[in-house]
Amino acid sequence: MKTDISKLLQKKRKQILETWMTIQLSDESLRDNLMSNEDLQEQSNELLDELLGTLNDKNIKDSGSADFDRVREVLSGISISRARQGYTPRDTGFYVFSLKDALLQTLQQEIKDDPEFLFQTSVYLNKLMDAFGITTFETFIQGREDVILRQTSEIAEISTPVIRVWDGILALPIIGTLDSARTQVVMENLLQEIVESGSTIAILDISGVPAVDSLVAQHLIKTVSATKLMGAECIISGIRPEIAQTVVHLGIDLSHVVTKATMASALRYAFNVMRLEIKKIQKEKADN
Amino acid sequence: MKIVLNKDTMKIEKEQDVVPFRNRVKEYAVKIGMSLVNQTKLITAASELVRNMLKYANGGVVLIEVISQGRDNGIRLTFQDKGPGIGDIALAMKDGYSSGKSLGIGLPGAKRLVNEFDIKSIVGEGTTVTIIKWKNG
Repeated sequence: MKTDISKLLQKKRKQILETWMTIQLSDESLRDNLMSNEDLQEQSNELLDELLGTLNDKNIKDSGSADFDRVREVLSGISISRARQGYTPRDTGFYVFSLKDALLQTLQQEIKDDPEFLFQTSVYLNKLMDAFGITTFETFIQGREDVILRQTSEIAEISTPVIRVWDGILALPIIGTLDSARTQVVMENLLQEIVESGSTIAILDISGVPAVDSLVAQHLIKTVSATKLMGAECIISGIRPEIAQTVVHLGIDLSHVVTKATMASALRYAFNVMRLEIKKIQKEKADN
Repeated sequence: MKIVLNKDTMKIEKEQDVVPFRNRVKEYAVKIGMSLVNQTKLITAASELVRNMLKYANGGVVLIEVISQGRDNGIRLTFQDKGPGIGDIALAMKDGYSSGKSLGIGLPGAKRLVNEFDIKSIVGEGTTVTIIKWKNG
């Protein structure tokens, strides 16, 4: 006696879905705050539909079969949306593996009289669902990585603000490590702002740069040279004592660059260059 | 006689590994009470060497050790890569020489920043650089 496995599962579709939902809902880690039970039911229903619709005697043995492309698509969609909603990988993994439990339970109830066939089918189904599990993890990680990539570019953008501290004076505080990609952003922002504001002095503040090695120095020198080409003067400020010692030992020549220890002294220098003077206003005596 | 008190290894495979590596070295340096200037020198030297490793050998492994000699404690870093190797070490150690497009002060600069510096390289097999910075060095 040979039972058609796909027909059998189709027939028992409702029961499988119910079992699956019961297993999912009984799990303690179920996050009902992230998705309502109705949504979960709908999602599960869609996946089961796709799976049972494609499954037949042939492709059950071949988890890489192109027949399952649609199933994998649905699965990927589910795990990516779950990654974005903040589910843990465990939750998403459990989602797929609980379907396996539901399928195997149903098979066990239905094929009681043919242990060999039951065993064979279970092995196939196991393999198939494991492969789907792997797909889920892959796309889950993919989804998370997309989030990280987006954040990285966001950080790069917001971390290099160009500030107009005075008419004709720009300040650019650099925080963190200067790598090639970041230097590019810094330089572009700075040069653009020089053109837009017509500034003649730019202050690069490196108080927030933890270490100045030759690569960072090279990037700084390049930025200074580019600013000079634009007709503006560039001052590097925020050089801490330990950075100064390190730079000297390392043998980096910064003598052709105007450097200051603090932003305040850089600003004073800039005022001097622009022939501006800051005065304390003497209050006129009220009784006079 | 140098006694190793603590050992740690880190794999360097991409540019994003540089900052976590530097932070790890800093952690150890702080733990043994190294002064801020020496910390910065050590980190800068480490940063130079690790960047060389990435640039010329596509990464490698760094061994971080806390060592002790007599009363002095220090950090020893061993940078190992399986890159193309350096043909002429004397030339590579010269200020202003670079086979890439950099300033050419990475290796000689790193040597000036630390107390002990040792470089071994076999062309076609890889390069090993060992540096030691003593706490009060």
